[in-house]
Amino acid sequence: MKKIRLWDIAYARSGDKGDASNVGIVAYDERGYAFLREVLTPERVKAHFKEICRGPVDRYELPNLKALNFILHDSLGGGGSESLKTDAQGKTHGLGLLYMEVEAPDDLPVYPRR
Amino acid sequence: MTDKREPILIANGQGFWGDSILGPVRLLREGPLHYLTMDYLAEVTMSIMQKLKSRNPKAGYATDFIKILERILPEAMEKGVKIISSAAGVNAEACLEATGEVIRQLGLSGVKVATVTGDDIYHRIDELLDAGEELKNMDTGQPLASIRDRITAANAYLGAFPIAEALDQGADIVICGRVTDPALVLGPMIHEFGWSPQDYHLLAAGTVAGHIVECGAQCTGANYTNWREIDNFALIGYPVLEVYRNGEFVVTKHEGTGGKVSVETVASQLVYEMGDPKNYITPDTVVDFTTIQLREEGRDRVRVSGIQGGPPTEFLKVSISYLSGYKAVGQLTIAGPDALEKAKLCADIIWKRLEYDGVTFDDDHKLVEFLGTNVCHAGIAPAPDDPAEIVLRIGVKDADREKVNRFGMEIVPLVTSGPPGVTGFAGGRPKATEIISYWPALLKKKYIWPVVQVQEF
Repeated sequence: MKKIRLWDIAYARSGDKGDASNVGIVAYDERGYAFLREVLTPERVKAHFKEICRGPVDRYELPNLKALNFILHDSLGGGGSESLKTDAQGKTHGLGLLYMEVEAPDDLPVYPRR
Repeated sequence: MTDKREPILIANGQGFWGDSILGPVRLLREGPLHYLTMDYLAEVTMSIMQKLKSRNPKAGYATDFIKILERILPEAMEKGVKIISSAAGVNAEACLEATGEVIRQLGLSGVKVATVTGDDIYHRIDELLDAGEELKNMDTGQPLASIRDRITAANAYLGAFPIAEALDQGADIVICGRVTDPALVLGPMIHEFGWSPQDYHLLAAGTVAGHIVECGAQCTGANYTNWREIDNFALIGYPVLEVYRNGEFVVTKHEGTGGKVSVETVASQLVYEMGDPKNYITPDTVVDFTTIQLREEGRDRVRVSGIQGGPPTEFLKVSISYLSGYKAVGQLTIAGPDALEKAKLCADIIWKRLEYDGVTFDDDHKLVEFLGTNVCHAGIAPAPDDPAEIVLRIGVKDADREKVNRFGMEIVPLVTSGPPGVTGFAGGRPKATEIISYWPALLKKKYIWPVVQVQEF
């Protein structure tokens, strides 16, 4: 096993949906997607965003795009114009997810951040 | 009325009210186009516009649109490029008048301008409630009565068919109120290819195309994780769609522009602001995003195919805004040594002085951020132990405007009555601003009649 960051196997984008943020994470290849599906449970994502996400986390799968979509409820301090937070729209949550460090099989292809 | 040309070329040059005005200007200059769309409306924008209109009957639309028309209209008319925009906001009449004025000032004539309205239900709320529509909050289930007297704007999201109808009537410019963002792009496809309201897969394809380009350069390399791969951000290409009659389309950008179109840059935008991917609901169709196929077919060209959709629901989404209090946020910069320690002290001083004066806020209504200590990725990425300098960002919200203004008075005084090295107070005293909250609801389609009017200038 080796330690990787999710940015070694995937890219991401995030935005807002009311007081929830959405984080889409997309694997560079099929093996990376299968790995993401296995490790990125809603519970693990929720634990990763423990200081940001106060609500539940929903997960959706888009195998055609090798993507997972997460909805992080109650993450934006009210969302929209209600929020006092700097990142009131969750624009940085995608990069936040990519910071996650995980144990991966030695032969899982990685694509160094560039 | 359908033209025979195929593919049709549709570009989007504005992603929101406040986007760079260079997008549309460059799109016309840099390559071929048939349609140029400009999207201006976010939920909160409608409320801002309603407020502007209440103060000035000639306001309440996206004024950037008029400034852009002044720059691009002669070239657009000469090249036969049609313009479709959600610039009308809550005042289509005033937007139409201003558009006519630009046409006259530029010495143009024979320009047909259409308005698409019927979305604004701000003055119809009571009528709808009387008719038995509850307009409950879709997320919380609360009845509208709890905010009835604080509503600041209310609009139903219209679909793409009224835009197609405006084009069928020969419009050169279509200015719309609250239509869905993808409708601006789907409208011209319906017009050109004669798609029917039952062509769900085709309507779904056009909706996906609209979703991809609705934030402008976000599908051509902007906001992409691997930002070092992106050349020439300064003159990044805005997206151009080549759309075929069978619903397939290619996402590309004009030759020689900056940025990049790849499976990665397009997929990034597909997952942006996504909810349940199998149920992307619009007034015209329900799209299944898990059917989308992406294929790179050359430099800066991604072909999109396979998209499936189903029949729409019997409802339109309604976006209601209401006043829910006041807020103020201010900031100070604190230089080292001991920047973080001093910044924490500053925040503490501000709360204590307010408390001394009998002004307190709920913990949930207070915010303290130490920018430079990893505020955005709190608990995720490591924060520096002793940052060289810190921006203290401090704010409150409350139903009482005066209390919020009282808070705003206690920030700048830290410069002369706190620890050393406090500066960066250039913004002065932050003033209370209104908090406009968003109330999503559903309304039966039978209550909304889109209105298309065409006028020649």
